[in-house]
Amino acid sequence: MTLLVVEGLRVGYGKVEVLHGIDITVGPSEIVALLGSNGAGKTTTLRALSGLEPIRGGGVTLGGTSLVGVPAHRIAAMGLAHVPERRRLFAPLSVEENLKLGGYLMRDKPAELKQRIEIMYGLFPRLAERRLQLAGTLSGGEQQMVAIARALILKPRLLVLDEPSMGLAPLIVRSIFGIVRRLRDEGMAILLVEQNARQTLRIADRAYVLENGDILVQGAASALAQDPRVQAAYLGGVAAA
Amino acid sequence: MSEFIQLVIAGLTTGSFYALVALGYTMVYGIVRLINFAHGDIFMVGAFLGWTVLTTLAATHMPWGIGLLIALILSMILTGGLGVAVERFAYQPLLSAPPLSILITALGVSLALENGVLLIFGPGFNTYPQLIGSAGFVLGGAHITFIQVGIIILSFLLMAGLYLFVHHTFIGTAMRALAVDRDAARLMGINVERVIQITFFLGSSLAAVAGVMEGLYYTEINFFMGFIVGLRAFTAAVLGGIGNIPGAMAGGLLIGLLEAFSAGYISSRWTDVIVFLVLIGTLVVKPTGLFGERVVERM
Repeated sequence: MTLLVVEGLRVGYGKVEVLHGIDITVGPSEIVALLGSNGAGKTTTLRALSGLEPIRGGGVTLGGTSLVGVPAHRIAAMGLAHVPERRRLFAPLSVEENLKLGGYLMRDKPAELKQRIEIMYGLFPRLAERRLQLAGTLSGGEQQMVAIARALILKPRLLVLDEPSMGLAPLIVRSIFGIVRRLRDEGMAILLVEQNARQTLRIADRAYVLENGDILVQGAASALAQDPRVQAAYLGGVAAA
Repeated sequence: MSEFIQLVIAGLTTGSFYALVALGYTMVYGIVRLINFAHGDIFMVGAFLGWTVLTTLAATHMPWGIGLLIALILSMILTGGLGVAVERFAYQPLLSAPPLSILITALGVSLALENGVLLIFGPGFNTYPQLIGSAGFVLGGAHITFIQVGIIILSFLLMAGLYLFVHHTFIGTAMRALAVDRDAARLMGINVERVIQITFFLGSSLAAVAGVMEGLYYTEINFFMGFIVGLRAFTAAVLGGIGNIPGAMAGGLLIGLLEAFSAGYISSRWTDVIVFLVLIGTLVVKPTGLFGERVVERM
């Protein structure tokens, strides 16, 4: 049973088409990685899924419901949470206010929201210590934690992560990937965009490699890690050296 | 000393008008990066709506306090609705257009409102009903009217209420989030268009309160009254740091005091010169305005 089905997705900016009809599926309890170099269209794919970019062609369904033409704030309500590239926290707002905004859609249930925020503090104890601090003053790793916690408040069915490892120390990346894996084990569907292919293929179940707006290769993560084309281009193989 | 107190009170009174109008400029700018040049005329329409309600109610011999309350509330709701309509039909279709188109549209809306009121109410002055006249009390040798005290108190209550709204409600927090990052706000499930409309509603209804109070204070209104108040309130918003809510409040009161002191101690002919000199001076020394150090925090 697949949760997210993307078929023939086409997206563009002005006269330039960035995605030329790509197919992706993500199921529950699955980490699916979307790899590719800069400018391949990874971020554009995610922005189209969450409604930030208009879809020009093809279909996207989440649990059987079409997302095409649905405004971003409704898609968030349908259970797709998007942690954007560079985290995009509300820097002048406190950690707690950022988390509250993550629960904006459950604002009429304050007791439940409070409980969800406490669960996030349990998942990221560092944030509990900094709840009143302005988000912009946190370290990069802590900011990424806020971004993920903010996305998890509503218990999304599909979590979409855009380069969560960007600019973070290896140790912190490992702990964030550990959390992603735990969410997968609890049944969440995860679509992960990364440049760091080696580490990503280690935690992903399946992966797609995007190049110039087309899917170049796809398959099980373990198989892709052995694929000579992937090794050459993204894993620092002989050809890339 | 008595003259000084008199000027402070007069300055705080007019400063309250500027502050309430400046809030509309600054909130809209904080959220959509638009200088709503029609905002002064929204204030003017608020004054006319209040006048219409008050003069209608005057015939019913209702206690003036209740009549004034009804006039204020009706004017706030209708003017707020006007602000939302202007946003919906004039600005929203242009939000992704080059900034110049929306600026020109704002000037067009301003002309449309002025001429609309001119058409309906005529070019002359309309006299506000004299509810409590110039009754007042003496403090330190200065004569202070109840209207002045009422205006200052009501403005401070509204400003405090707005501050609490922006910082302690979900919609207010969404407004601040939207000012920082519109796409991220969308991803939180915030209906951005709706929050923008609420912002226009709030800004316009605060301007309506200022309009009604200005009518009561100066006793006369006409279709062109929004121009100079709008200009000074805009100056106040820039002085306080545009996009910054406490800045607009402080800037408004400051411009009001400046106006009163220059009129009292120098000459009212010099008021605008002095007000704009202070503005230019501030912008030269501190381009982000008095409260501008919090550049990231636009609300």
